[in-house]
Amino acid sequence: MDNESAGFGAKDRETEHMSSDNQQPFVTDSSNVATDTREARLAGQDDRFNSRLREAFGSSPFILTKFDKFMNWVRGSSMFMLQFGIACCSIEMMHTYAVKHDLDRFGAGVPRASPRQADVIIIPGTIVSKFAPRMKRVYDQMPEPKFVIGMGSCTISGGPFQEGYNVVKGAEEVIPVDIHVPGCPPRPEALIYGVAKLQERISNGESAPVVVKPYELEQFGDLERDEIVDQLSKEIDTEDLVMRYNWADSP
Amino acid sequence: MSVELPDTTGVAEQSPEEIADLLGDLVIGREEHLNAPGFVIKPDTVVETLKRLRDDAGFDHLSCVTAQEYEDRFESIYHLTKFDDRTQEVSIVVPADKENPVSQSANEVFRTADWHEREAYDLVGINYDEHPDHRRILLPETWQGHPLGKDYDQDQPQVVPLREHQNPLLEDQQADNQSETMYLNIGPHHPATHGVLHIKAVLDGEQVVDLEPDIGYLHRCEEQMCQSSTYRYQIMPYPDRWDYISAGLLNEWAYARVAEDMADIEVPEYAQIIRTMGAELCRMAAHFLALGTFALDIYGDFTALFMYSIRDREKVQNILEDLTGQRLMFNYFRLGGVVWDLPEPREDFFENVRDFLDELPTALEEYHDMMTSNEILQMRTVGTGVLPPEVAKSYGATGPVARGSGVDYDLRRDDPYGYYENLDWDVVTEDGCDNYSRLLVRMREVEQSAKIVEQCIDLLEDWPEDERNIQANVPRTIKPDDDTEIYRAVEGAKGELGIYMRADGTEKPARFKIRSPCFSNLQTLPEMSNGEYVPDAIASLGSLDIVLGEVDR
Ligand code: SF4
Repeated sequence: MDNESAGFGAKDRETEHMSSDNQQPFVTDSSNVATDTREARLAGQDDRFNSRLREAFGSSPFILTKFDKFMNWVRGSSMFMLQFGIACCSIEMMHTYAVKHDLDRFGAGVPRASPRQADVIIIPGTIVSKFAPRMKRVYDQMPEPKFVIGMGSCTISGGPFQEGYNVVKGAEEVIPVDIHVPGCPPRPEALIYGVAKLQERISNGESAPVVVKPYELEQFGDLERDEIVDQLSKEIDTEDLVMRYNWADSP
Repeated sequence: MSVELPDTTGVAEQSPEEIADLLGDLVIGREEHLNAPGFVIKPDTVVETLKRLRDDAGFDHLSCVTAQEYEDRFESIYHLTKFDDRTQEVSIVVPADKENPVSQSANEVFRTADWHEREAYDLVGINYDEHPDHRRILLPETWQGHPLGKDYDQDQPQVVPLREHQNPLLEDQQADNQSETMYLNIGPHHPATHGVLHIKAVLDGEQVVDLEPDIGYLHRCEEQMCQSSTYRYQIMPYPDRWDYISAGLLNEWAYARVAEDMADIEVPEYAQIIRTMGAELCRMAAHFLALGTFALDIYGDFTALFMYSIRDREKVQNILEDLTGQRLMFNYFRLGGVVWDLPEPREDFFENVRDFLDELPTALEEYHDMMTSNEILQMRTVGTGVLPPEVAKSYGATGPVARGSGVDYDLRRDDPYGYYENLDWDVVTEDGCDNYSRLLVRMREVEQSAKIVEQCIDLLEDWPEDERNIQANVPRTIKPDDDTEIYRAVEGAKGELGIYMRADGTEKPARFKIRSPCFSNLQTLPEMSNGEYVPDAIASLGSLDIVLGEVDR
């Protein structure tokens, strides 16, 4: 059906063309084509060119804005996500990137495998003691400005595993988070909503990340000496980077 | 019309007395577990006992090792069974001293004991003598205490180093050694590791000399969570989160089965059919993702195959959402049945499922065109990652991994549960033992699952309206008798998913141990990869189809 109509369209155009301009072949009629394009742009005959932006600006190709504002708009409109999977939520995250939900439609669906190319990290899952230092590392490797979306209850509080001996009680204990998307797991629609909210905030220049109580990566030698540090001093070099968990103070 | 049962006539069957005779004076006591007879032995005779059972009685499958602490002793339980006849089981109970818990390692007899015993040491604190690699496995090496032991203080601070990722080249250069090898970290954040797995690889040029999976980056204390939850309602949501690749209902069934057997609950037939249908839909969804990510691993096919597989998963998920109300974490099973009946109007539901099943052959055709008959994929997978059946058995590999090595073992048929016995389907095996065979097994299993779902739909459609009993009468609280022990398994998407439970007379289990198929399957990775090229190791990892939530639990 599609093919047919396209065929007819082409034919129509051809006949029309032939009749208006005596027997000149279409391809060589270059000036005419250029005029068509310009007209289409300005007069709004062709929807493809007639973006809303163009409409707003009228025929002038110049806009005046603040550079900051422009940059924020750019940042919000083209976000590179880090390809980062942890637990169950990453399955829904994959669905968000893939067919049906297609996050790319919103200018935020290019997963990058390297943190050095990414602007946004979605934390999709439970963070446990062994993984938190690595996650901090990955986060540190991302270039500024960077944004964090916490996906799922696990990144809010530890979720269903909140009482586990090994579970970090939320991503905010390790890195700053801009947007929380609750759910276990959040539906893809919810994640898209979270991403859209983040984009909105970025383009308004109002992102304010929160850190509750950072577990820092520090050198073992810099830790305050107490019982456990004494005990481990044979096993860990003073220069080794460590993360110390004070579970008793966790929420 | 029903599934063809395996021919177990050639498999010798021993009565508990015969086993006792065989073990002779190795046995110092007897126990009765709900699933199997238990024999208590001395901690220094583990190897001898297991050897006899394996060589003389044919117990060639060490399914699981459970460790636990009592008031007065530690205990390791070796759950043994046979690949040829899953219904024969025996538990070997090895008590160890409370003050100084030492027990002999079974690693010499079953390679799979290696990781299982490391886990037992890590979480419970039993030391295994003669263990080749006695280290922690799930928790960081500097962890203090053993969290599933009795006197663990959860509030004590812990210090975790980042040292696994020190620059390994630095040391190589300093040691000015002659070796040409290079150390390479893969993961824990890496697209090919299917989650948070860390692989320590030693390379000689492009070839893998030695490879060691380092796990525990997603150890979410599932066993502790289950031990602090009540049987009746609170445990059921957790299984969804073990194998979270849409295999939720399969996992829920593992818990449902073990708890129902423990509390002696009979599930109505109608509910069993719904369960069977839901579980097979889950298996399809899980296998679709395995196919898609495998293609992604092998030739970076993010555009076509990955998207196709997600497309088909979305269809399954829509059906499951209609059924359960959730896309991923279903929480649909209850002890004694399922939580609610099929959605109304039933005709629409049946029609949706039928539509999906009708489109499936075309979709599978597409997969075959693009994967199995794709030359690139064949070159990468045929003959790589070879896992001989004997090795697979010794490592306790199950599921598509074992079936891809020609091991004809499927719990749905061999230890029947649910409604599988009465349906017409086949167990899929392939003899290639390589990455390609494992892929084929999964693809053909999707067909079989579709066959099962179709039969379930037919049955459900004709079920008389007044006999649609979805749940048995189950008391609000369940308190199994003190010291009841049971180990039961089901066929999950990745293989034998087992649960050991011990009751202590309260409404929460005293010990809840999960036997995860991925944990055992992942253990075979070094066997498949050593000596192969790096990309083949990645392909092998993809073909194992692990999910870290289940490996680490
Ligand atoms: S929030 Fe729920 S679904 Fe997400 S990672 Fe945590 S447990 Fe899994």
